[in-house]
Order: sequence, then C-alpha cells, then structure tokens
Amino acid sequence: MRSICLFFKVHQPVRLRKFRFFDIGKSDYYYDDYSNEMILKRVAKNCYLPANEILHDLIIKNEGRFKIAFSISGTAIDQFKIYAPEVIESFRKLAATGCVEFLGETYSHSLSVLKNTAEFKRQVETHANTIEALFGSRPKVFANTELIYSDEIGALVAEMGYTAVLTEGPNHILKWRSPNYLYRNPINPALVVLLKNFQLSDDIAFRFSNSDWSGWPLTAQKFVSWLKKIPKEEKIVNLFMNYETFGEHQKFGTGIFKFLDALPSAVFRKSDYTFMTPSDIIENYPPISTLNVPYPISWADQERDLTAWLGNELQQEAFEKLYQLSELVNKCSDPLLLKDWQYLQTSDHFYYMSTKYFADGDIHAYFNPYNSPYEAFMNYMNVLNDFTIRLNRVTKNKQSEQFLPN
Amino acid sequence: MRVLMFGWEFPPNISGGLGTACYGLTKGLTSFDDIDITFVVPKVFGGEDKRNIDLIGAGDVPIINRNISMKEFDKSIEYFEVNSKLVPYVDPEDYKNQTEFSVEGTKALIETDVQGRVKFTGKYGPDLLSEIARYALVANVIAQDNQFDVIHAHDWLAYPAGIAAKQASGKPLVIHVHATDFDRSGGTVNPNVYAIEKRGMDAADKIITVSNLTRKIVIEKYGISPEKVITVYNAVEPYREENKAPIIRGFDEKIVTFLGRITMQKGPEYFVEAASRVLQRMDNVRFVMAGSGDTMNKMIRRAAQLKIANKFHFTGFLKGDDVYRMLKMSDIYIMPSVSEPFGISPLEAMQAGVPVIISHQSGVAEILSNAIKINFWDVEGMADAIHGILSYPAMSKMLARYGKKESCNLNWKDAAYKVKQVYRSALCA
Repeated sequence: MRSICLFFKVHQPVRLRKFRFFDIGKSDYYYDDYSNEMILKRVAKNCYLPANEILHDLIIKNEGRFKIAFSISGTAIDQFKIYAPEVIESFRKLAATGCVEFLGETYSHSLSVLKNTAEFKRQVETHANTIEALFGSRPKVFANTELIYSDEIGALVAEMGYTAVLTEGPNHILKWRSPNYLYRNPINPALVVLLKNFQLSDDIAFRFSNSDWSGWPLTAQKFVSWLKKIPKEEKIVNLFMNYETFGEHQKFGTGIFKFLDALPSAVFRKSDYTFMTPSDIIENYPPISTLNVPYPISWADQERDLTAWLGNELQQEAFEKLYQLSELVNKCSDPLLLKDWQYLQTSDHFYYMSTKYFADGDIHAYFNPYNSPYEAFMNYMNVLNDFTIRLNRVTKNKQSEQFLPN
Repeated sequence: MRVLMFGWEFPPNISGGLGTACYGLTKGLTSFDDIDITFVVPKVFGGEDKRNIDLIGAGDVPIINRNISMKEFDKSIEYFEVNSKLVPYVDPEDYKNQTEFSVEGTKALIETDVQGRVKFTGKYGPDLLSEIARYALVANVIAQDNQFDVIHAHDWLAYPAGIAAKQASGKPLVIHVHATDFDRSGGTVNPNVYAIEKRGMDAADKIITVSNLTRKIVIEKYGISPEKVITVYNAVEPYREENKAPIIRGFDEKIVTFLGRITMQKGPEYFVEAASRVLQRMDNVRFVMAGSGDTMNKMIRRAAQLKIANKFHFTGFLKGDDVYRMLKMSDIYIMPSVSEPFGISPLEAMQAGVPVIISHQSGVAEILSNAIKINFWDVEGMADAIHGILSYPAMSKMLARYGKKESCNLNWKDAAYKVKQVYRSALCA
C-alpha cells in the first residue's frame, strides 16, 4: 500500500487601496473593498465553489476512501464572511463528511515567525480557535505561510502541540534524498515533516495547461502512470498546491476540473495508492530519518526560499519597519488598530514588492494590483506611516506626529 | 556600407535631444568596421567632434552652375516662390548671385553668395520652412557629388533633404522619426509641418521610430503601413566621471529637478502643481526648473501665484557640464511630459545615480523598470511619488543603484546594430 496526501491552500489577502501621502494622518481606512470583493467573488465562483462541489461528490462516491486536507487563512475567512458566506457553508459541508482535515497556520498569513515569536504564537492560536469554531476540530498538523519551514520553526511549532508540519521538498535540502518519505525534525524528533513532491505537484499546479510542456495534455490516467513509476519503497506522495489552481491559475477551459474529477477513480482502479490526510499519514508510516533544514525554505519561486518576500532592499526595509512597531502594538488595545496590524502583516504585501521578473514574474504579477514594486513599496509605506501615527496617538507616545524615523 | 546622413543639430550646438541622439547613433554605427558616415548639417559651427564621421555643412557646398532637377516637390514651390521671388527686375550683379534650378519644369531662383553657396542659419528661426527647402536643394548637389549606399534623414527638418538626395542618386532612403508634430503640438498640428512629415514618410523605404508610442502615431496618424516602420530605442552616452570637481550643495534641503524645454509638450505646469502639493506637507525640499522655453514666464507667474516662489527656482538653459552638475545635486529627476517620443534626459539622470519619475506618455517608459511612472496629468500621483522617494531612503537608494545599472546597459552600439539591420532591409527591398 502507498498513499497520496492531497493538500490545498486557500488564501486571499486583504488588499490595500491606493493610499497617497496626503491621506497620511487624515484617513484611517486602508483597504480596497471594491477590488477585494470583486476578486473574492470571482475566485469563489470560478474556483472555491465548483471545486468544493466536485470534491464533495468524490468523497461521497468513494465512500470514505478519498481524503483531502485544507488550510484556509484567516484573511480569506474574514472576507468569505462578508462577501461570500456560501463558501464557508460549502467548506462546512466538506468538514461534515469526516474525510477532510483542516490544518493550522497564522491567522493573517504572515511571516511573523521570522521576526516575532510571541506574535506568531498568538496568530496561530487565533487561527486554531477560528478553525475549531467553524469546523468542529482543532488543527493538529501545521502548514505555515507559504510552507515556510526551518528546523527552528519546526521546533517552535512542535512546542505548540502540533504533531506534523508540511513544507517544500527542495533539491538544495534534499540533495540525493526523496520527498516521498517522512522525516523528523532534528531539534524535536517528535515532529514529523511532510515534504511536497514539487515535480508532481507543480505538474498539476503550474504546467497543466502549458502546451509546450512534454507532459501536456495531462490526463488522470497519465498522472497515475507516473505515480506507478515511483520506486516501490517510496510510500508517500505529497501533492501540495494552491487551491486557486482549480479554476483560476488553471482556468476551467484547460480541463482541470475534469482532471480532478477523474483522479480518484483512476488512482483506485490502476494503482495501489490510497488517499490519506496528513494525520493519517503520520499514523501509518514511520519517518525514516531526520532532515536538516538550517535556513528557512518555502514553496515560492524557483529558489524555494525567502527571496520572494525579502529578496530586495524595499522588502527588507518595509518588513523591518513593520515589526519595529511590535512593542507599541503590545501596549495597544484598540480593536481596529489591532485588526489593521494583522492585515498589514500578510505576506502578499511584500510579495508585490518583488523585483524578480523572469521565471517567477508571471506568478507575482497574477493578483498584483500594482504596476511596479516601487509603487507597491510606496503605497505600503504610506499606509504604515499612517498606522504608526495612529498607534502613537493611541498609546500616547510623545513622538506622535512624525513620520517613521529613518 | 557608406551612409549619407542628414541632420539639423550636432553637439555642442544643440537645443534638444535630436543632436544628442544623432551624435550617439553615429558613434555607435561607426564602431562597426563596415560602416562609414557622411553627416550633413545646415551649418557647421566649429567645435563638433568629427573623429568618426565626415561632417559637411550645407552652407559650405557651392551649388552654382549645377544641374539641380527635383521632382514631386510640387507643394514646396510655394516656399521657393515666396522666397526666391521670380523677380521681374533683377540687378545684373544680383542675377549673377542667383542660381537657377528647376522644380517640375518650373524654374525658380535661389540666392547664393559670391562662391555659389547658400546661406543657412542652422537654427530654428522664422525662416525655417524656406531654410529646409534650401537644405533640400543643397542635399541634391551633395548626393550627386558623394558615393554612398543608403540615405538616413533625421526628423522632419531633414526629410526634404533626404528625398532630394534619393531623387539625385536613386539610393534607398531611411527616415528617422525622433518626434512628430503631434508630440510637439499636443494634437493641433501645423499643416505645413505635417505635410513635410507625411511626404518624408511616404517617400522613405524604411522608417525608424524611437519608441512604440511614436511608431503608433506614424502608423495611425500618417497612414503608413506597419511593415515599413521599425522601432529602435535611443540610448545614452556613458558619462565619464574623471576630473570632475566634487559637487557641493549650498543648502540642506532635498532637490527635485525638472530639466528640459519649458514648453507645453514637456508638462511643466504639472510639475509646478505637484510641487505646490508637496510643499503643503513637506518643508525640507526645493524644486528646480532648469531650461528655458516659451512657457517659462507663465511658470514663473504660476509659482508666484501658488506662493511657492521661495522654494521654486529657475536656472535658465544649462549646457554641457552644468547639466551634469545639476543632476548630481538632485535627489529626484522628474519628466512629466505630455507626449515624449523617447526622452534621453531621464537616462542621463539615472546615470548620475538620481531616482527618476517619468510619465507613462513617454517612449522611454516602454523600456525602463527602475523608474516611477505616472500619468502626466496625475498631479497627486506625482506628488505622492516625490514624497515617497524623499521619505523612504530604501526606495531612493534602490532606484539610484538599479537605475544606474539599467541606464548604463542602454548603449548606442545596440541601437546602431538594429539600425544596421534596417539599412540591410532597405537595401534588399
């Protein structure tokens, strides 16, 4: 017996509106409600709702043999509640089947783990509470923002009670090893690490509709034949991808939904693979060794590291200035400011400031509301400036009416 | 391959980008072993860099006793008639000084000096249209007297000359559109200029435009077929930093600079408005408008009206080293052009390590990544960008560093290579 672990990441940021420096100190509303609503409703219509429907039918049809995992960010949940509550309903319907596991992450899809551990823990806690309230069970497995992971991050997550963590299986870490095994965190060996098989995952998520690709067109049967080619000792295949693959990144016309629909039956009929949730996987398969990940990795871009968000000076500067406010935020209890503090930490803001053009430029540009990374930076910093002023005012800081110190 | 080029300006006697572009292009072209250039201008002033080219002043070419026959010049007969005046009573002395030429069989006369040379000012005076026509006449003679494979005419002032040379020699004509009257006038074109431009484009075998913005105008407003028009972006001369005195700024404030002709096309009024907005919220900044032009007085009045005259400075026209000094002193260079066919000056600013803000309505915006781009009318956006660059050092440092790298990669040799390919296609056609 061998197993496939299907994991889908659901996320939408709360995007910023155009915030000019004239607005600093005068307007305290930062978000582009119009765009956020439009985008969310569109993605719900093209992706979340139809895909959930297909998955639900597949679960019922396969009588419990088809299992999947999701992680939904807090910012997505907040926006579903306002703009598309039917999406939450459809996820609850999925939860009710008992074949779906919901994983934990940071509420605001942030990079806080890199800067402020206390903040990170709070966000994870809030997220876990939300998931429990919505779907009835508390997450036991963790999938950090963009699957960012390192040995230390793993140890931290284990401390918080998680049994396993999902992350990327990049070549520069694996070297000769295969992602199709379970590994242990070296600092806390109780934590199991599931590595994404990026070859097969990206075949679906990125290459599916690319007619220049050698594997095009990809059918469920073809995919299963690739699975069968994996050596028998490698028991696990982790297929991790953004849920927006289905209907947004890969549009309906590419046949992606037909592929999804046909996949479970093709797997069951032609191979010895089963579908398992992450918790099932760690129960059924032992880790084979520890895996050392000294520096953070992620599933983003070719480099699969942090450069998508922190690769250039603009990103680093914005990130620094943001987290410099942590102490002041701790003294603040204004709920609106605290909500803004969460939304400003979403990783997407930094993603938009990336200057990586070539292979990854298309993905960066996809949902990017800005024309250039400089504009993204400028806009974010204007908002951050205003946030700082409000924060200073509320915490009665004497340096109130000034811009951020340079 | 020998190229016969017709231009109007050549450094150091320039009033805009045309001369700079011609200089850079000729340098780039002559770096190829198989290209030689004869460059014709109306008037040679002295001080030009003639190391790479044969420079001919049209005013130095005698045209007396020459057979100059020009076809299809029907429309320009007006200028000749007006200028040369089929004078009924001519003093015998004067008559000797008038060289006869025929246009479509109609004889007309042109005034020459004792040695049979035509007088040119080489500038943009009130006599411009007739000067262009005389230039064409001399071009005909030059074409008869020189060996070359292809003719290359820069901008409308030289198109008639290019056409005349083509008629005299039968060689292919490439015209280079550095600007159109649509850019200069903002839409209300001068019919005479339009006619000259269109005739040039129709007569040319290939047309080079300096940006896709300009290419679009040529195709759509002049009715030219797209296969004939190729975009070759301008570039920038690398600046040498040796032996330059260190720049000492006389005051603490940041400096935001507009450097260019102060005329409607360059959008100076939007700069003044944006400056006023910025000064409402920031104190530590000064604005400089460097250049001169027909709307300069209007700008001075507007600055006074907005009560920002103490922070808004006018330097007048800057030449040579002064330009570099001004750029080096600046914290931001801004080009809010309403319609800029290309725009070499932001590249010069970027070379000096200055962050730039340019309008989307410029050709250079098509190729730059490390510049802030705004619509020329978006005064708020401009002010926001100025504020952003001045307040967030990470941004200004990054724009400076990557901008410098980006502009240094835009060299004339690459542009020249593409021009060479255009020559080849013109020769093969």
